[in-house]
Amino acid sequence: MTGFVLILIAASFFPGVIVRTKSIASGRRGPGILQPVREIGILLKKGSVFSNTSGIIFQIAPVITLSCIICALLVIPFGNQNALISFDGDFIFFSYLLALGKFFAIIAALDTGSSFEGMGANREVFFSMLVEPAFFILLATFAMFTGYTSFSDIFSNFFITGSHYVFIYSIIGFFLFIQTAMIENSRLPVDDPKTHLELTMIHEVMILDNSGFDKAMIHIGSYLKFAVYGALIYNVIVPAGWNIFLQAALFLAVQVTFAVIIGLIESFRARNKMNKNPKFILSLSAIALISFVIVLIITDKLI
Amino acid sequence: MLSSILFPVILTLTFLLFIIPKRFKYAYALAILVCGVALTSAWSYVVLSGGTGTLEIPLLPWVMKNGLILKIDMLSAFFIAVVNFTVLTGFLYARGYLRPYYSTKNSLRFSIHYLAYLWLYLSMILVVVIRDGLPFLIVWEIMALSSFLLVIFDAEDTSILKTGISYLIQMHVGMFFILIAFLIAGRETGQMGFDALNTYFSRNSSLLLFILFFSGFGIKAGFIPLHTWLPQAHPAAPSHVSGVMSGVMIKMGIYGILRVLMSVQDNLLPIGIIILAVSLVSGILGVMMAIVQHDLKRLLAYHSIENIGIIGIGIGLGTIGLATDNTILSLLGFSGGLLHVLNHSLFKSLLFFNAGSVYQITHTRNIEHLGGLMKKMPYTASLFLIGSLAICGLPPFNGFISEYLIYTGMFKSLSAANLNQSILILGSVVGLTLIGGLAIFCFTKAFGIVFLGEPRSEEAKVAGDVGGDMIYPQYFIIGFIAMIGLLPALIVKPVFSIVSQSFGIPDTTALAVSSLKNLSQISIISGIFVVLVLVLLVYRHFHLKSRPVTYGPTWGCGYTAPSPDMQYTATSYAYNYNHLAKPVIQTKKIMRDIGEDEIFPALRKFESHSDDFFKKYLIDKPVDLISGLLKRIAVMQTGLIQHYILYAFVYMLLVFLLTYFNLI
Repeated sequence: MTGFVLILIAASFFPGVIVRTKSIASGRRGPGILQPVREIGILLKKGSVFSNTSGIIFQIAPVITLSCIICALLVIPFGNQNALISFDGDFIFFSYLLALGKFFAIIAALDTGSSFEGMGANREVFFSMLVEPAFFILLATFAMFTGYTSFSDIFSNFFITGSHYVFIYSIIGFFLFIQTAMIENSRLPVDDPKTHLELTMIHEVMILDNSGFDKAMIHIGSYLKFAVYGALIYNVIVPAGWNIFLQAALFLAVQVTFAVIIGLIESFRARNKMNKNPKFILSLSAIALISFVIVLIITDKLI
Repeated sequence: MLSSILFPVILTLTFLLFIIPKRFKYAYALAILVCGVALTSAWSYVVLSGGTGTLEIPLLPWVMKNGLILKIDMLSAFFIAVVNFTVLTGFLYARGYLRPYYSTKNSLRFSIHYLAYLWLYLSMILVVVIRDGLPFLIVWEIMALSSFLLVIFDAEDTSILKTGISYLIQMHVGMFFILIAFLIAGRETGQMGFDALNTYFSRNSSLLLFILFFSGFGIKAGFIPLHTWLPQAHPAAPSHVSGVMSGVMIKMGIYGILRVLMSVQDNLLPIGIIILAVSLVSGILGVMMAIVQHDLKRLLAYHSIENIGIIGIGIGLGTIGLATDNTILSLLGFSGGLLHVLNHSLFKSLLFFNAGSVYQITHTRNIEHLGGLMKKMPYTASLFLIGSLAICGLPPFNGFISEYLIYTGMFKSLSAANLNQSILILGSVVGLTLIGGLAIFCFTKAFGIVFLGEPRSEEAKVAGDVGGDMIYPQYFIIGFIAMIGLLPALIVKPVFSIVSQSFGIPDTTALAVSSLKNLSQISIISGIFVVLVLVLLVYRHFHLKSRPVTYGPTWGCGYTAPSPDMQYTATSYAYNYNHLAKPVIQTKKIMRDIGEDEIFPALRKFESHSDDFFKKYLIDKPVDLISGLLKRIAVMQTGLIQHYILYAFVYMLLVFLLTYFNLI
């Protein structure tokens, strides 16, 4: 339960920290850290405008996508406290549930009949299809390394295997989860949320026609997603079983650092050319494969 | 004892279809079908609830001594249940689907169609309960023939007839492999049939015979590269038939492979690796080729290949598990594969039925000509959406459960696996992940382009939904899909016992209990998900009620005169994918380039085609080669009687000379 609450707290300031980092990096003061949350409040007050072309799918999709993210959150553990719901292979469920949310976001974009949104939908499904293997290879590596197959078991046994090689996984896991989070949340270098041209957007262009309540749902979903990946990163770099207050403080520190890193990347890095993205994303699977080779060596299977 | 009489009676009664008046033919056929389903479901129930043993039913023991004996074990019972459900819903759906044909086709055509449908059903039942070689081959042949008759229902269209004949030929190639395999085993043991395989495999190496069986059954199942009939025959057949063929008939190939596997005793590891490799290729290439299709039913047909691949991955892993005494992998692999047989029969028939409804209303299967049907055909669209979600393996639908079983089997075996097994398992994980991602790509395209946005043609603009009699049979399927998705433990439990019985997997109780516990956790979280969605939707409803809601055009980036032609098309949706998949897909573009002197380019046409690589090089090229050769030989066919007499003389002379020199 602690983990669940902490993720909610982290989600509330996460996007604000990104914006603030970017502002400071570009020499501005920037809005307060809770500004994105206030924006949700404003959106919730507003009415809605719907396209005449769109139908029921467009109306239900944001709610379904948000529900998917909230339910995916239930299987994420915190330290050595088990997740609210934990079972063998829950990361398969996690990944497929996020895919369900994406499925609805994509068909909602197609429901508007706009060619821009079709373009965004297509890019979104294409890139998230390519990133999926990296996630599964990494989790397979963890399963092999710890001998467990659920998020809770893997992470609570991650550091007590006693092997010093675990730091290799901390590093690779840290790197891959950050990159996956960037792709899944459509941030740099794959997508640029600041871009003002529909032709070059991915995620932003899919939600061009959403307004009011629906748009608030989409924003909440993307904030939560950041915090979820932040929690995964926390779990691979901080050993389970320390004092709970220390852990909570570390958790929030990790989330802030993660947000600052994203802010810095977005300040100093250019977006990839669109047709270079597949190569970039597939390189993550290659890195995940390296971690698999390492686990084969550690467990004396190779050599 | 009752069954021994009833079953032959049902078989005989089917022929009365010819003398029933046209008006009552459907009702009569339905009555017979229901009797058949009731009887066979009873067999299936007895065996499955009994838990052990084989039900043996001699057919008409008073008339024939040593006659045919039907043997129903748990595997057969499972397949009977799957067949019964899909065939019955398919026939209920057929009532509305066939109605437009009543005015154009005569009574005889309908008799033949219904008879073929009934016999396809009965032959599938017989395939899974007959163990003797010769009767098995006969019913296998009846299955091919009756499905051939069903495919060519619309034979006024010559291309459909041609497709049907090509289908028939390929089925016989498959049958040839099975026949050879049975003969080899029969010569060794003096007895043809599945029961003799045990004896054969205990004495001989299994690899060659298994590959023969796998090729024969694989053609029916549609493993790549034996799949070439499938994308042709499914679009040509009427939709209820495509649903049944894709939903259950191709699974007879899977049944055959499982039945043979049950007897195999050695070489399990290479056999498992062969199945796994072929299945991975089928799964990935099947869905890759599906994405570039423009014909809705052909797209679904390629997805059948993909799903056969997933089933095969489960079976292959299960076999590897048997070979390495890995209980986890064998139980979860086989169970995942077997459950996927049931799951695929549900959502694939659902998708084919709805593709048929779209075809009936709009008279086109070309995705590029459709669009906006969600508003015109809300029921069909919603059913298609549920089918799409289920086939992509997304929770909380049934496709997820079978894929989850296969995945957990793999992940749990990883830590104890040696180097080669780890690499095999990781390869399968990546393969299955890719299949999942590509399937989502394909079905967002299929659903989005066909049902969402603005209509792209006049036919799509004036469409209305199909009648209720084509919708309601599909509610049964939806119910089943939701039940397996939300309460998986109910159905997985019997599947576990079928698998552990059929393949003799020891010590499965503890594993089964823990797996069922995991599945109940999935039920809980899926339940939370459904409730959360409903609560949020209700809240949204009241939230919007109290705020201004306005409607306007879609944001066009400042452009004020959009037309439906400007929407994203299926081709453009697949464009970047096509770029990446170029080596496999080989899309050909046909377009005249714009010349330098053309200041005002005139009207132009653009076409793109994606050939099936395997069909081109395995079927088309060799057939062209042979027919070219035969044409050259046909020079001898002059039509002049003098020449033919000359040929006869030359032949006699040849025989004489060869005999004279002791050469023959």
